[in-house]
Amino acid sequence: MRALRFLLRKEFLQIFRDPALVRMLFMIPVVQLLVLSNAATFEVKRARMYVVDQDASTMSRSVVDRLAASGRFARAASSGSVPLGDEALMRREVELIVVIPAGFERAIVREHRAEVQLQLNAEDGAAAAVTQAYAREILVRYATDLSAQLTPALSLAGARVERPPMRGHPAVQVRTRGWYNAELDYRHYMVPGILVQLLTIVGTLLTAMNIVREKEAGTLDQLNVTPVTKSVFIAAKLIPLWVISMVVLSIGLVVAKVAFGVPMRGSLFLVFGGAALYLVAALGIGLWVSAVTETQQQAMFVNFSFLMVYLLMSGLFTPISAMPEWAQWVARFNPMMHYISLMRAVMLKGAGFVDVARQLAVLASAGVVVLTIAVRQYHKRSA
Amino acid sequence: MVTQASSPVVIEGVRKTFGSTVALDDVTFDVRAGELFGLVGPDGGGKTTLFRILTTLLVPDAGTATVLGRDVVRDLWEIRKRVGYMPGRFSLYPDLSVEENLRFFASVFGTTIEKGYDIIAPIYAQIEPFKHRRAGQLSGGMKQKLALSCALVHRPELLLLDEPTTGVDAVSRREFWDLLHDLQSSGLTIVVSTPYMDEADRCHRVALVQKGRVLAIDVPGAIGARFPRPLYAVHGVPRHATIEALRAFPHAASVHPFGDTLHYSDAREAHHPPQVIAEVTAWLTTRGIAEMTMSRIAPGIEDAFMALMGDEPGAPA
Repeated sequence: MRALRFLLRKEFLQIFRDPALVRMLFMIPVVQLLVLSNAATFEVKRARMYVVDQDASTMSRSVVDRLAASGRFARAASSGSVPLGDEALMRREVELIVVIPAGFERAIVREHRAEVQLQLNAEDGAAAAVTQAYAREILVRYATDLSAQLTPALSLAGARVERPPMRGHPAVQVRTRGWYNAELDYRHYMVPGILVQLLTIVGTLLTAMNIVREKEAGTLDQLNVTPVTKSVFIAAKLIPLWVISMVVLSIGLVVAKVAFGVPMRGSLFLVFGGAALYLVAALGIGLWVSAVTETQQQAMFVNFSFLMVYLLMSGLFTPISAMPEWAQWVARFNPMMHYISLMRAVMLKGAGFVDVARQLAVLASAGVVVLTIAVRQYHKRSA
Repeated sequence: MVTQASSPVVIEGVRKTFGSTVALDDVTFDVRAGELFGLVGPDGGGKTTLFRILTTLLVPDAGTATVLGRDVVRDLWEIRKRVGYMPGRFSLYPDLSVEENLRFFASVFGTTIEKGYDIIAPIYAQIEPFKHRRAGQLSGGMKQKLALSCALVHRPELLLLDEPTTGVDAVSRREFWDLLHDLQSSGLTIVVSTPYMDEADRCHRVALVQKGRVLAIDVPGAIGARFPRPLYAVHGVPRHATIEALRAFPHAASVHPFGDTLHYSDAREAHHPPQVIAEVTAWLTTRGIAEMTMSRIAPGIEDAFMALMGDEPGAPA
């Protein structure tokens, strides 16, 4: 225990003696949170649309006006020719083409149904899907309003997705309301996830680099030829980084609250309790990386390869439920996924201990498993 | 080999391979209590591997090694408490100050600078004025003194120094060896490795190590005597032409440059030295080396080492 105290003092001394590292530790979470949370959104603000109004009627104009009035779309250009619109789409001058065929108004009046065609640039699939969803929503609402006046229905035939046309009165109206995040503010949803990602990067990368640096400098050998035991050495490495990660989380939570107004509906204790457990696994991975690599360059490379998979399979950017079966299984073993879901549940939904008990249990066991593997991998002497 | 029970280091038939590279091949020797023992040989000869086995950082593939009567594989914790080790590469924390490094290594051995002060004093006193300076900003000689202080502060019974003078200037090297002698005379057993042949003379006994094998173990003076043939020092101008000419001499057994002279031995062992000198002088004169001297000398440890390494006649040193 005495040795542990001396080792801890040395670790803190070294960390705080490196001004670049200290700056990085406390600045990067703030900067990243501010930048990423604002950037990592699926929202499409003003999609430029190319209008091909072949009907040139009151109704066709009001359809276009509706789209433009929503604020989601901006009329960029218009002509009567679809090929001209295609060219604009090709040149990336517009994100979508809205084609209103001739006879639109007449069809609505006579048949109570008509078609509007949307052509989207799906290079960025996610953005295209969101744009289409917005357009659909606006058009359906327009059709509903119209049917109140004329009792017709407007049907849509999307460029990518064919949907069965609605006939007569829309019998069922789909009204969506996002619970726990009523305004569907992406940042409220992203910030907790990004906090976890930052925690992971700080914890895992720093741990790996810190230990490998001692390997590179030869100080690890020097330390190995002392009575310091493996467990004391590892504890002395992990405790300071664990504490620092907790501080980083605290800073991040303050930024989340102050800069983004992300609510904290549940208990802070659960958020920190979850972090305490999650960090054991995150630091354990760092320790494992440092045990299997010899240089900081290798450690960096292994760490990044690992973190990329870890991040992409965490449900931060893509929902787990959208992944193929096997990937969902992989994700289930990803402690990051569980901590993100815990953070979102506690912060946005106000989930209590019982609600997140499963995540806590998974995090605790992940910590034990990862740390055990890492400690076994780490030797106080080479073979 | 008969070894005394009290020998601080006993190595028997130690073998260590890394993949297909044989780092140590059947190494056997012992170090006596209180002696300054040198491992001498070129880089890559296996000296560092041997140190890593003695410091319990590596496990030998075959053979046994005991340090202070303890087995290096079984009793590693006991050994780690009682030896001081200074690795070949500077291995202290460059971002900690001189004093912080020393205090840290004292504390991990469960002691303090104050308790170990009398043993490190002769060394540490020289760097103490710079105790607040970061270790990374010290000069080579000062780094080495700090490393030695750190290896000594817990009063080890055996000091293992892996190439402590590599990369250190000549004056600091001499000072360092003086320090080692002082430490040794206070009763400490020291094993030190060096690639410099001239440092071998400062050890009590040396083991010549090359390619994982021990070529010879003896007192430095006796190792020189193992040189198999009479040896001559040749001084000729211009020097390079002299080397070329000597190597071209049909009876040359070995030609090695040593500082500004050349060491020459003749393959015809039955020939009398004066006769050899006369013939070589004549040969060199016909080759245009007019200004030259040649005399018989006693072989040194480096000559013996070259010969033991099995150089081909005339091969470059």
